[in-house]
Amino acid sequence: MTSVDYVLGLGDDALVAAQRLAQWCARAPELEEDVALANIALDQLGAARLLLTYAGELEGAGRDEDALAYLRGDREYRNCLLVELPEPDFAVTMAKLLFLSAYQKLRYEWLAAAGDERLSAVADKARKESAYHLDHASLWTVRLGDGTPESHRRMQDAVDRLWPYTHELFEGDHAALRPQWLSLVTAVLDEATLTRPADGGWAPGGGRQGLHTEHLSYLLAELQVLHRAHPGARW
Amino acid sequence: MYGNDFAATGDAGVPASDVAATSAGRTLLEQVEDAERELRSASERSVVGDDRLQDYFDAVINADQKIEPRDWMPDPYRLGLIRQIAQHAHSEIIGMQPEGNWISRAPSLKRKAILLAKVQDEAGHGLYLYAAAETLGVSRSDLVDQLLTGRQKYSSIFNYPTLTWADVGTIGWLVDGAAIVNQVPLCRCSYGPYARAMIRICKEESFHQRQGFEILHTLAHGTPAQRAMAQDAVNRWWYPSLAMFGPPDTASTHSEQSMTWKIKRFSNDELRQRFVDMCVQQATVLGLSLPDPDLRWNAERDHYDFTQPDFHELMRVISGDGPCNRQRLEHRRRAHEEGAWVREAAAAYAAKRAAREPAGV
Repeated sequence: MTSVDYVLGLGDDALVAAQRLAQWCARAPELEEDVALANIALDQLGAARLLLTYAGELEGAGRDEDALAYLRGDREYRNCLLVELPEPDFAVTMAKLLFLSAYQKLRYEWLAAAGDERLSAVADKARKESAYHLDHASLWTVRLGDGTPESHRRMQDAVDRLWPYTHELFEGDHAALRPQWLSLVTAVLDEATLTRPADGGWAPGGGRQGLHTEHLSYLLAELQVLHRAHPGARW
Repeated sequence: MYGNDFAATGDAGVPASDVAATSAGRTLLEQVEDAERELRSASERSVVGDDRLQDYFDAVINADQKIEPRDWMPDPYRLGLIRQIAQHAHSEIIGMQPEGNWISRAPSLKRKAILLAKVQDEAGHGLYLYAAAETLGVSRSDLVDQLLTGRQKYSSIFNYPTLTWADVGTIGWLVDGAAIVNQVPLCRCSYGPYARAMIRICKEESFHQRQGFEILHTLAHGTPAQRAMAQDAVNRWWYPSLAMFGPPDTASTHSEQSMTWKIKRFSNDELRQRFVDMCVQQATVLGLSLPDPDLRWNAERDHYDFTQPDFHELMRVISGDGPCNRQRLEHRRRAHEEGAWVREAAAAYAAKRAAREPAGV
């Protein structure tokens, strides 16, 4: 039997990623990228809605996607820390997307073939989207890594800064996916002339248990402010 | 285009009977489809014309056919179109800001998805309008530069703030509604690439307008606070929406040239009247009032009488002193500047790749 927290983890990853990606709307480096990032945010949001709806059904307490998205506090969110981190520049966004989409692709592929029919239906659709996200992030990682000295420096900084947060993705049952993830990501970093950070250092975690960074509460405050101001209203 | 509320783009009127004849009995979407059919049949016909370029151009216009990028065209026609299409593109890009303002706070996940998709459509509209302008021999980066330096305008409507969620619905209903009324005639514009872009844009805009209407309808039938939010937003956006059609015909100082060239087909006042007539009935369905005590049906004119927008306010906003002019342009400039290193990296990478590829591949 699939646990509620397990599905919430998947759904919250997608929802928080969507919220961050959507922040680029109307401020991307070029118009084509406004369109692309909105597209990816929409994919993530779509997956989040299906997953949260399913989590609510599993829980059986009558909470729908909006009750779960808008009325839980940060201590009840189950997303990984990586997705909630701020995105001060485009290189950080692309490094996050590279790490996340490679991970989501592997997880959705695995879930598509696993026993839970509802999850496998969602995963079957989402894995194709993840493949496209991975492609997009890979192209930019290579362009920025192998572009100008400035873009190389920024991209390497982003990779170095985010690398420790990738360990949390493979906690517990998912440890077996990390070698495959490493080979996906390493190939891109190599082509981008970037150095893969060493493993074995700082490895923050806790997101899946509801222990987040300071950033998530602000993100949720913004996401939830209007909904919470009108209890019980329909939109 | 989003509006006719740019500086120096007024046009003279045509007889009102023309409007009735052209739009009689056809819904706006049907008019878009008519234009699409016209476009197709125009490309199948051929003009028997003179060798002389100007005569050929005039013959194409008179035969209601389309001028294409390869055709000769008078400089004022080319320059006027570049300005109009560019300002339309800029409006789409700047217009992403007021609505994008609510993506992060949309009150349900469904509304968040719809709004995100809408703002994404606007970026898409900007892209194909810039592409249409480029067929006239300008580059997108030049046009973006004109926007950032304030040499070209965008629709003044986007210099108003979106203060509540109901503003998102109201922009969809009124602002997109006014844009459609402006744009549907442009689907029959004499310049082929612009007409084609407008056909595609109008179809998407009508979808957006329906979504905005639905947001407002839900609010108007919701809690007392939601209803008040909806009415407040309509009160704030009504007159700025009317101003989107530009100065009154009597104050138009510009030539009938764009009418003759079949770029524009109706006067500002005709389009404004058409918009008012359309909105009154829709407001009734919404159960919201329009903030005009003098709004009433005039059986003699067969139109609603209404109070004109404050054109002095429009002129102030056009000249840069609206509530958000500075904010909108600063945002655009900042996004452009902060993205410079990314665009440079992409160009440098493309150049490296080109250098690595063996010649001729």
